[in-house]
Amino acid sequence: MRLPPIPALLLGLLLSANAAYSQAAHPKSPDTTHAGEDLMAMLDEEADNAPAENPFTIATFKATRVINGHSIENVAKGVLDFRVSHRFGALNTGVKNFFGLDNATTRIGFDYGITDWLMAGIGRGTYQKEYDGLVKVKLLRQRERGMPVSISYLGAVGIQSADVPVPDGAEYYFSNRIAYTNQLLIARKLSGRLSMQLMPTHVHYNLVEKSSEPNDVLALGIAGRFKLSNRISLTGEYFYQLPGNKLDGTTNSLSFGLDVETGGHVFQLLFSNSTGMTERTVIGQTTGKWGNGDVHFGFNISRVFTIVKPKGFEGTRNNIY
Amino acid sequence: MKKLTLAALALFLMNSADAQRYMTRTGRITFFSSTPIENIEAINNEASSVLNAATGELVFQVPIRSFKFEKALMQEHFNENYMESDKFPKAEFHGKVADISSVNFRKDGVYPAQVTGKLTIHGVTRDVATAGTLTIKGNSAVAAAKFKVRPADYDIKIPSVVAGKIAEEIEVTVNSVLLTK
Repeated sequence: MRLPPIPALLLGLLLSANAAYSQAAHPKSPDTTHAGEDLMAMLDEEADNAPAENPFTIATFKATRVINGHSIENVAKGVLDFRVSHRFGALNTGVKNFFGLDNATTRIGFDYGITDWLMAGIGRGTYQKEYDGLVKVKLLRQRERGMPVSISYLGAVGIQSADVPVPDGAEYYFSNRIAYTNQLLIARKLSGRLSMQLMPTHVHYNLVEKSSEPNDVLALGIAGRFKLSNRISLTGEYFYQLPGNKLDGTTNSLSFGLDVETGGHVFQLLFSNSTGMTERTVIGQTTGKWGNGDVHFGFNISRVFTIVKPKGFEGTRNNIY
Repeated sequence: MKKLTLAALALFLMNSADAQRYMTRTGRITFFSSTPIENIEAINNEASSVLNAATGELVFQVPIRSFKFEKALMQEHFNENYMESDKFPKAEFHGKVADISSVNFRKDGVYPAQVTGKLTIHGVTRDVATAGTLTIKGNSAVAAAKFKVRPADYDIKIPSVVAGKIAEEIEVTVNSVLLTK
């Protein structure tokens, strides 16, 4: 068979034009006004598999504490969080005590990010002269697609060192001073503004006042955060103690707060019927009643310091204080 | 006949060679904010880009969440307060390298490249132009450029409290190795 030269050339042109067309893929193929559109589509293809396309949810809460209790947030790896918390006296103590401001309990604490999923902290509070330690472990992390919630475990221990009245002849063991907390934090950032969290909690007291009281307090906490602006949020937190698993004369802890963030600091202003600042004292040993005005004004201040710089910044021009 | 078939084949091959694409998903883009108080540099190694060697079309997609900061809290604030990356997850550039025919993709070397196009950051699209280079080496093309971006132009609000720490003009550096696809 012998094709005349012209049709062969035409065939070649047709083939090559076709090939060019199929490579350009899109009907709205390149022209100067729509420059790059087909290439953009190329990048979108298979991009769903890239981790950058389905990142972990961040900033569900502003700080590692919602108000008194923990939030799902950890401090980042290599970061030290210095926290100072104050709870003033009860508002209903009247003008003589300047509505509680004459008295205050304080907790000073340090939390450190050992890895991005594990943080540990220590603290000392004036309420019951308590030393405390904690670990918080991220178990699951919410993603934009797929995983709907973040889940963390909090383990805490509190050792109260206040003098206790000991009957003559009785022995008071060191272990009597210790209480343990196991808590799950289950959180979801519902939208850019609204986050919710559930906190099933178990607090074990090695020693309780009366033999009729349980050593194990069980509670379910619920907390929320609503962003008023990029830097200011409203928060709320409530711990419901299961009947039959609570200490005598205690009430459920209810707190409301305002988070204000300024660069490296987060200020948390709050009202709460709790005086303590640890799980042991807040969840199981709150006695104040909102109805009586037995409510405390307080604040937490958090300041973070980067102790260990992350890798990959060698030779950069960072100069941050 | 053979000659003609070869000619047709050659035409076909030439055409497909012209339509050659260079691509990356690990492009490097950094930015630098310099003020008398603080210097802040953030690094992104997950930029995607395609260059059409025939037409000079060039696109970039930059996931905002992939910018890494030395300070973790700064990274959170960058995403939450400034770039609002949950609403605007990517920055994009659609553009063109002018006079792409002056770049010989078969010959190693550094070629100047005038790039113009539309840059979208924080949901705001603006025309931009910059001078950069294309460095051809084997089957790779390194796209490099440096240009300034004003956050205010892209509706990125910086509160007065931190205004002294964040520059009004941010220097963006592109240094991405694209490979033939």
